[in-house]
Amino acid sequence: MSLVGWLFAAALALCALAAIGGLVWPRSWVAGAGTVAAGLAAATAGVASVVGSRWSAWLPDVLPLAGVRLSIDPLAGLFMAVTGGVSVCVAVYGIGYARTPGHRLDSRGVQAAVPLFVGAMVLVPAAASVSTLLLAWELMALTSLLLVLAEHRRRAEVGRAGLWYAVMTHLGFAAILAGLALFAAGAAGESFDQLRAAELPPGLRNAVFVVTLAGFTSKAGIVPLHVWLPRAHPEAPSHVSALMSAAMVNMGCYGIVRVGLDLLGGGPAWWWLVVLAAGALSALYGILQAVVTSDLKRLLAYSTTENMGLVLVGVGAAGFFAASRAPALAGLALTAALLHVVNHAGFKTLLFLAAGSVLRATGARDLDALGGLRARMPHTTVLFAIGALCASALPPGNAFVSEWLLLQSLIRVSPLSGVAGAVTMPLAVAVIALSAGLAVATFVKAFGVGFLARPRGVGAERATESPPSMLAGMGLAAVACLALAVVPALALPAVGSAAAVAFPQTPPGLVSGAVTLALAGVRGVLSPLLIAGSLVVALVAVLGTVRLLAARRARRVARLWDCGAGPMSARMEYTATSFAEPLQRVFDDVLAPETDVDVTPARESAYLVERVAFHARVPDRVERRLYAPLLAAVDGVGRSVRGLANGSVHRYLAYGFYALIGMLVVLAVLR
Amino acid sequence: MPGLWRKIRKTGRVAEPAPARVPAEVPAAAAELAGSIQIRHVDAGSCNGCEVEIGSVFGPVYDGERYGVRLVASPRHADALLVTGPVTRNMEVALRRTFEAVSEPRLVVALGDCARGCGVFAGAYGVVGAVGDVVPVDVEVAGCPPEPTAIVAALRGLTGR
Amino acid sequence: MITPVQVAVQITVQIVLVVAGAPLLTGMMRQVRARLEGRAGAGVLQPWRDLRKLARKEPITPQGTGWVFRLAPLVAAATVLVVAAVVPLTGTTSPLAGVGDLFAVVALLALGSVALALGGLDTGTAFGGMGASREMTVLALVEPTILMSIFALSVRVGSTNLGAIVTRTAEDPLDVVSPVSLFAAAALAIVTIAETGRIPMDNPATHLELTMIHEAMVLEYAGPDLALIEWASAARLGVLLGLLASLFAPWGIAGVGAGLAAVALAALILVIKVAVLGALLAAGEVFMAKLRLFRVPELLAGSFLMALLAVSASFFLG
Ligand code: SF4
Repeated sequence: MSLVGWLFAAALALCALAAIGGLVWPRSWVAGAGTVAAGLAAATAGVASVVGSRWSAWLPDVLPLAGVRLSIDPLAGLFMAVTGGVSVCVAVYGIGYARTPGHRLDSRGVQAAVPLFVGAMVLVPAAASVSTLLLAWELMALTSLLLVLAEHRRRAEVGRAGLWYAVMTHLGFAAILAGLALFAAGAAGESFDQLRAAELPPGLRNAVFVVTLAGFTSKAGIVPLHVWLPRAHPEAPSHVSALMSAAMVNMGCYGIVRVGLDLLGGGPAWWWLVVLAAGALSALYGILQAVVTSDLKRLLAYSTTENMGLVLVGVGAAGFFAASRAPALAGLALTAALLHVVNHAGFKTLLFLAAGSVLRATGARDLDALGGLRARMPHTTVLFAIGALCASALPPGNAFVSEWLLLQSLIRVSPLSGVAGAVTMPLAVAVIALSAGLAVATFVKAFGVGFLARPRGVGAERATESPPSMLAGMGLAAVACLALAVVPALALPAVGSAAAVAFPQTPPGLVSGAVTLALAGVRGVLSPLLIAGSLVVALVAVLGTVRLLAARRARRVARLWDCGAGPMSARMEYTATSFAEPLQRVFDDVLAPETDVDVTPARESAYLVERVAFHARVPDRVERRLYAPLLAAVDGVGRSVRGLANGSVHRYLAYGFYALIGMLVVLAVLR
Repeated sequence: MPGLWRKIRKTGRVAEPAPARVPAEVPAAAAELAGSIQIRHVDAGSCNGCEVEIGSVFGPVYDGERYGVRLVASPRHADALLVTGPVTRNMEVALRRTFEAVSEPRLVVALGDCARGCGVFAGAYGVVGAVGDVVPVDVEVAGCPPEPTAIVAALRGLTGR
Repeated sequence: MITPVQVAVQITVQIVLVVAGAPLLTGMMRQVRARLEGRAGAGVLQPWRDLRKLARKEPITPQGTGWVFRLAPLVAAATVLVVAAVVPLTGTTSPLAGVGDLFAVVALLALGSVALALGGLDTGTAFGGMGASREMTVLALVEPTILMSIFALSVRVGSTNLGAIVTRTAEDPLDVVSPVSLFAAAALAIVTIAETGRIPMDNPATHLELTMIHEAMVLEYAGPDLALIEWASAARLGVLLGLLASLFAPWGIAGVGAGLAAVALAALILVIKVAVLGALLAAGEVFMAKLRLFRVPELLAGSFLMALLAVSASFFLG
């Protein structure tokens, strides 16, 4: 067994040990330490495999019938490393977070489920056969479902969120199962090597791709299959949200890349235009919902939909370029997409963990009730600020680098590559631009309203800083984000070799340079390190000049300018809702917000107003338009067939009899 | 748009030539500001007669801006408060707070007879007193309302231009 | 090849030009407006007098604000300074070509706006929040136009590198009147107006808080902090106008390997070009009133359409 194999086995074993430890001795540091070790092992295994050592194994006796087939190539390694890194941060954080009074997160179930969830996510990319993949996938779904439901006794909404999640994730599972079963049926066997070698008829290939795409996008939270995300994330414990949003959703992208680009070996351009369109739609829809919502965790969940959308734009563009014979561009686009996966994992871990700290300290997720945390939770504020900077794709943040790469690959589309590319790519650029702009507004809102100024609620007023272990978990994630932001060359080789798994024919060294990123064949350069450096130099220069020229008078603390009246109360502050109002108005047609004004007139006269109440809500329109009618229809069918089951045993026996007869008749006719 | 252009051409320069500066003692705080005064106007209870005159000071004819004076929206941006009217009870605290909001060095110009000594409103039940009773006044401009030329002269005394 | 000496000279010249020239540009624009309105005006040097005075005044920290409020003016000024060093204003090669391209420039300017918006939110006043919200709305809506224009300009060159785009236009003067350039120039001009808060998007001279965008965010700043903000917004305008001049009228710009004299001449020509653009902008403002806030998106949609046309033109008219 190679190093990768040992590390991988160690990661799984540590997860199992941590789970048992959590069951036997539910102290948060037991499972936490185990998960940290497992995460470290998984991350190292991933890095080692990306660096070049591959490993595969066939364990025929572990599972009946098919056995377990495992293989770790750089693509798998990348996702494993990301999962491992996220798990380390989350586990460190979880040690303190689980002790939150009144949340019961240090119960045996939760303590055991977290390492199992991590183990399942480590297992998914390592799977090298259909049955192993499906098994790991289901394990991942079940453990995460358990964790989403962790607090179901405390809040009724948790149950509903869990139901949505369970249904969506299992529908997705069914789709993947169906797609891969079709695939395996058409191939000589179910191992990935056999699938790769299979020669399927085009119709079947299309069917396999489309069906698995549906399944994988539901995991990745892509519109219109995203509905579970904004429900499950706010209700799940925050470290679980971080695991799900930063590591689990990535598996959806992994699946698309693995099945679409690797196993099916690419496909016609329309496949990838569908992927690209779905990604663009998600990016835009996700960030539009994020910008208008005032629930911090819901906002982060929608931002996940946006970022996964951006990743799919990259993946779709990569497939499209590959189909139109532009291997260099394809490699660049996929590199950008995978780099964005890594970056998103970094900042989303940080943001969800910080949101968890806020929730723990204030009991509020509603931005309209937060504020003033800068003075009360200074460290968390700085950490959230780093995450928000990264998430808003501004330099010197990490998402800026990956979005820059993505844009570079999209705008390189040659006008000669046909109308499809010439029409799609500019639109994709516009979508990315708009979503980047809205992301800036979203995170200015989240940070500015949530953390700055004065507290808007009692919870925020009483907030205190989180314990050291939580800060350490967030700190690790922040360091990772900053490192990725300033020296993306740390991750780029790994990402490049992962992309090379999908496109073996790409020329190496597409993006090169340690300090300055240079793209092969084009004059596009960016140096995040120099940008950060020159910003620092400029800041120091400005500060020095100000000190030198303007130090005549000492700084005075004065009361806020309240127009002479006052004092200003927190109720006069801008809230998240009012902050987003202009954008909500601009995108009125898309968002279809619901507002109503209730005017209660006085009894004496209709012209005298006693009370005016204003309600505004921005419902998820996809959910409203697509799912509500669907659910109503299913409900109707269920109601109407209720008459069939009236509890009489005779009737049920008759049903069985008729079914048997019917089957025999069918067989007789067909044979 | 062409109409407006023609009008601009036809009208030409409206601003009257700057009258000779009356040499006067510049307050120490104003000297430090060296030719640039930003003004926040506070109506402490005026009849709006003074405001009309302030409006014409910054109109094209008198063009107060050419002497380095500008009206601004926030007292934080201002160097001088231009206070009109007697200070009414409702505006007393507001005036004091506005004064405190201005960063040092700061000046107060009491504009009009009301601001100087309550003018026609002296002794009225709603009036606290003159501006000088509430905040320290550096320059006073007499008149009810003061003529724009007087206001301009006072402001030029501050900017020294 | 570009020599380190030329890099140093170019950076110094650009920074000095922007630092010293930006307030003069504002002064000149105010002067143009004053003359067109029949006034005499305060003179071109007035913004410098204002800055000198603000630097002497007392800085104020409003109660309840913290490091975000203090840091915001510094970040706003620093981003403009970096952009001033990065963009090719005097020579075809950006002095710091390795640092970033047009995307990076746009993102850096956005970072400056974000810093001020957070500073506004940190005060917790209604006006601060209102300004921040509006500024972010405009920023979000401007972004697609900018990126599409960059796209259109980069198609011909195959690169978003500023130097490459400028060189190409400098070498082929007829490019300036191509549909791509015209549409992109129009789109970017609107963007410049929006990004620098000029009429008809925003009125820099307004006293009415409810109509403000940019000014509302900075109502709490005093003294040197305010000086930095005023300088930064003037410099932002100067840099953007300079960038427009370099992208669409790069005549007289110093080529690769040009000597000191050429850089000096380029600097002079740049000053003239920016002054002309500034005067045009100021004259335009006299003829227009500020748009209602919710009409601004329509204007930005128009500019986006123009950028889209530019991209299509670059694809289909080659
Ligand atoms: S001084 Fe005269 S014009 Fe001015 S406020 Fe008093 S009464 Fe009115």
